[in-house]
Amino acid sequence: MTGQRLRASDRIFGLLTGAPALLLVLIVLAIGVVLWRESQLSIAAFGFGFWSSSDWDPVAGAFGAFPFIWGTLYSSVLALLIAAPVSIGIAVFLSDICPHRLRPPLIFLTELLAAIPSIVYGLWGIFVLVPLVRTIQESLPEAVRALPLFSGPPVGVSLLAASLVLAVMVIPYTSSMAREVLRAVPGAQRAAAYALGSTRWEATQVALRYARTGIIGAVMLGFGRAIGETMAVTMVIGNNPQASWSLFAPQYTMAAVLANEFKEAVETLHLHALVEIGLVLFVITLAVNGLSRLLIWRMTTTRPRRAPRRQAAREAA
Amino acid sequence: MRLRFTPAPALLAVVAAAAMSVACGGDTASSGTVRINGAGATFPYPLYSKWFSEYHAQRPEILINYQSIGSGGGVRQLLNQTVFFGASDYPMTDVQLAEAAVPILHLPTVVGAVVPIYNLPGVTADVQFTGPLLADIYLGRITRWNDPALTAINPGVALPDEAITVVHRSDGSGTTFVWVDYLAKVSPAWREQVGVATSVNWPVGLGGKGNEGVAGLVKLTTGAFGYVEPVYATQNQIPFGAVQNAAGRFVKASPASVTAVADGAAPTMPDDFRVSITNAPGDASYPIASFTWLLFHENPPDTMQAAAMVDFMRWALTDGQAFASDLGYSPLPASVVDRELAALGRIRTQ
Repeated sequence: MTGQRLRASDRIFGLLTGAPALLLVLIVLAIGVVLWRESQLSIAAFGFGFWSSSDWDPVAGAFGAFPFIWGTLYSSVLALLIAAPVSIGIAVFLSDICPHRLRPPLIFLTELLAAIPSIVYGLWGIFVLVPLVRTIQESLPEAVRALPLFSGPPVGVSLLAASLVLAVMVIPYTSSMAREVLRAVPGAQRAAAYALGSTRWEATQVALRYARTGIIGAVMLGFGRAIGETMAVTMVIGNNPQASWSLFAPQYTMAAVLANEFKEAVETLHLHALVEIGLVLFVITLAVNGLSRLLIWRMTTTRPRRAPRRQAAREAA
Repeated sequence: MRLRFTPAPALLAVVAAAAMSVACGGDTASSGTVRINGAGATFPYPLYSKWFSEYHAQRPEILINYQSIGSGGGVRQLLNQTVFFGASDYPMTDVQLAEAAVPILHLPTVVGAVVPIYNLPGVTADVQFTGPLLADIYLGRITRWNDPALTAINPGVALPDEAITVVHRSDGSGTTFVWVDYLAKVSPAWREQVGVATSVNWPVGLGGKGNEGVAGLVKLTTGAFGYVEPVYATQNQIPFGAVQNAAGRFVKASPASVTAVADGAAPTMPDDFRVSITNAPGDASYPIASFTWLLFHENPPDTMQAAAMVDFMRWALTDGQAFASDLGYSPLPASVVDRELAALGRIRTQ
């Protein structure tokens, strides 16, 4: 009787927890289906040319997503180039070097950064970063400013300003993830390094090498976050749909154009083109997040197996 | 075992009792109350919410709820009949009206202007602009503040040797629609190259989100030039320029000069009120202005709501106009109000 009741309650418990998990999968599927269905007109009109065309002319009804895809990827990659070394530094310091008493307040502070609403980052960007970027650009010598990477009038709102804001926003996520990954490195690794007479720097290198796939995963997670950020980016990037290599040129991102134009899009084709941008963003975000999950998963499953395999190979040789 | 089940009926009874009391409470509150939902333009939202609450104070039995979701969304919701009325900063197109298949009535509620703002430290006099000049700046043909075309119409103003940083709206908006509608009227090049819509393919410039975004960018950038609704210029203490009107005079935006342009457009206004009033005639007219409209089905399904809404419109077009200038809008001229009051009869109320 008791056993039966237990089994029944287990089944109900399984159902109760399984249903929300299943619901989550259904929601993701539903989002994909709706985006696909609501962008049919645009998909039919532009096909794959939508990805490569640089036209964005609501009056003429010509739509292409390239400047937005470019701006999104460029600003996110640049943000990660800035954020990744800083985040890894924070993670190493907090997991290996930091005195015990300092650790909780520092962890609290980095995680606090994640709780700040993005509009506040946007305001900070407008009032601090934008003038700063303008000053930097004006102080560059003429010869440098002639290079395509630094060209353009000094207005401040630019890809660089957006990347800097994104970098600050991404750091708490990437550094906490990287810290967790470093903490998961078996103590024996560091102990062995120290036993061989390593310095602290060399022991950290060992730990970093051991955790490298996980750290790449943490960086990719930050990438996923940077790609979707809307409010703070649109406030400082200049919203100009022209793809350019210049760090100081105003550009545009996918999330920003969606937020900007969706509300007042009157023509059905314009609306469908915007939804298709949403679809493109959805696909890229899914791909990036999937990739980062895969990396983290590989680190946790194949890592311990590799050592015996290598040993076996050595024995065979 | 039995004990376990006893709470259930008791709980049911409690729930039922609660449901009944809620239902009764709802009944007494809603008996005789007419609830009307509307959605649309964000530009007139401060005035509409003032109107709806003032009107509710006078007629407590009528409750009007307005969602400022944007003109595009307002039109879509009106066509789907999820709201009783819509609101838009630009009239519906002939294509949209044909798709609607039912008659839609446009009624202007108030007049709004768009002003050119600039950031030129040291320039205290009002800078003057002509329509073609504004178009050339936004087309990227005039790029410096001391361009001969600008200095020629601004004698005595020391315009600096500074690049013009053009700022426009990044979001689709009625403000943009009015601005480019004016540019298209005065510049054939603008009409052909860019055209008129709520968001366009801008030849040059930075995009700021919302009126506050444009005002912010202009305020922070020396040499910047943008366009906003007048209230954002005055609130942020950003100077705005005078624009040459159809009669050749340079006029700054003010409630009087904006009402004047609507008055100038009134004689040639079509019966359906779908009209652009930019660059309309009149000596005192400020040329960059537009009506904003409320949109109604002429044969609404609910006549109770229709009667209440017609009564509200009668009030808004007369007594309600007094609230306009305090909130940064310009009241409708009498010539337009009279024709609208007559047009209210087209809404079926019984």
